[in-house]
Amino acid sequence: MYWAEMRLSFQRTLQYRVATAFSLLGFIIEPIVYLVVWKTIAEAQGGSIAGYSADDFVAYYIAWTLVRAMNIALTPYVWDGRIQRGRMNDHLTKPFHLFHRDLASFAAWKPFWIMWWIPLAVVLVAVFQPTVRPSVIQFLAFFIAVWTGFILRFVILYLLGLIAFWTTRASALFEIVVTAELLLSGRLVPLDLMPGWVQTLAAWLPFQWTFQGPIEIVIGRTDLTGTLAVFGWQVVWTAGLGALLAFVWSRAIRRYSAVGA
Amino acid sequence: MEPGDPTVFGGRRVRALRLTVTHWRVSAMNELQYRVNFFVQIVHSALALVTGFVAIWLVFRHADDLAGWGQAELLVVMGIHVGIGGVIRTFIEPNMRRLMTDVEEGTYDYVIVKPVDSQILTSIREVKVWNVVDVVLGAAVTVYGVGRLTATTSAVDALAFGVVLIAGIVMIYCVWIMITSSSFRVVRSEEILNLFEGFYQTGRWPVSVYPLWLRGTLTFLVPLAFAITVPAEALSDRLTGGTVAIALGFSVILLFITRAVWMINLRHYSGASA
Repeated sequence: MYWAEMRLSFQRTLQYRVATAFSLLGFIIEPIVYLVVWKTIAEAQGGSIAGYSADDFVAYYIAWTLVRAMNIALTPYVWDGRIQRGRMNDHLTKPFHLFHRDLASFAAWKPFWIMWWIPLAVVLVAVFQPTVRPSVIQFLAFFIAVWTGFILRFVILYLLGLIAFWTTRASALFEIVVTAELLLSGRLVPLDLMPGWVQTLAAWLPFQWTFQGPIEIVIGRTDLTGTLAVFGWQVVWTAGLGALLAFVWSRAIRRYSAVGA
Repeated sequence: MEPGDPTVFGGRRVRALRLTVTHWRVSAMNELQYRVNFFVQIVHSALALVTGFVAIWLVFRHADDLAGWGQAELLVVMGIHVGIGGVIRTFIEPNMRRLMTDVEEGTYDYVIVKPVDSQILTSIREVKVWNVVDVVLGAAVTVYGVGRLTATTSAVDALAFGVVLIAGIVMIYCVWIMITSSSFRVVRSEEILNLFEGFYQTGRWPVSVYPLWLRGTLTFLVPLAFAITVPAEALSDRLTGGTVAIALGFSVILLFITRAVWMINLRHYSGASA
């Protein structure tokens, strides 16, 4: 089932090559801005800040690009449309659970993104010349961690999206969560640059395991225990939120049929 | 109407102005019906502002300046960035979106048959009035930043700021309309708008932070340097007369190029539909 859904989605993306190139270009700007700003500051401050050298920042934001591409998931905004247009009926009559079909169709994009990412990473490495050299093991662990991180983020956003079954005004809440994620996942800056209380707050939330966690593995800022901790937290959060999702889903569906009847 | 028509600076300009005002009023009244959008816009703008403040605050937790720019100066840059972003999303982007959907669906014919200059009509049809929130917030942040500057902003600086700001907005408009009117044959509209949005994010920081190749792109290809950094320089008393002259000159040149590109594209359009 996953395979069929993936093949379909893959063929769809192949049709729009120029479009993909454009979105890649737009996408790459965000990390370049962060990279340049923090590299400049680190250099001006005698080479490093909060334990990050100018070089670490370069490596961080290059790894960032793969993580970001990988953790694109179903946006919570689609649920409004799905519910309003009555598309849920169609979705629900299919023999496989909608969650798995959504997950598969997003997963199918990923190999394609990775293919596009490789030349991009080569260019970034050539331009910014990071000195960090990840080992094969580190790279493999990173590669697995971005996939597991993707699944965790997918569950988070799916759970968030289900709120649309209860209210039509959820978009403000979505935006708040997205902003919190930007600040508390390591997407804007590595959390080490944040004050202690923010780091404590982030430790209670799942976001950093989808972003900074995988990055730290590949840029060599974690030892074996740290790497295992990333996977451990990913599993714990995915399992916990997954269970919650199953529960909320059953409630949401009951509510939906109540509205439709 | 021919470009060489002697009434160009008489009748036509006044008519265009009145037409603009009418279009904006209708468009704004339409949009004002949807009060919820205002609330959504406020949340959106507030969160973006918070993120911006956090970024600047983080920078100055770890450094005293960024490539020679102090905290107050960066606030000015951020204020202008937010404000011009609001101008783009209120006046420019909605029209470009409309242009692209019209071309894709073939309804652009209705614009061409109207007895008004098509470029003017294309540029004034839509106003997303709630985005003015960003213009207001941007102005507030700018004023706050100026208040905290150590260098005093003289009347001349303020005047120079007004001049380069307008020149900058004109340049951004030129680049947007040139690219949207040329590239719809290659890509879907959504991608172009995303690309603009992506590039616009770079304007949050002064262009002197960026490496040379990117700085060149941001100055002349996507003239964010002229639209954001240069006005910020005016307010923080770093601007030279030379830069003002370049900004003005470049905006005039761009206007002419844009007009030429528009005419070429227009011919292409009628050719394609025939």
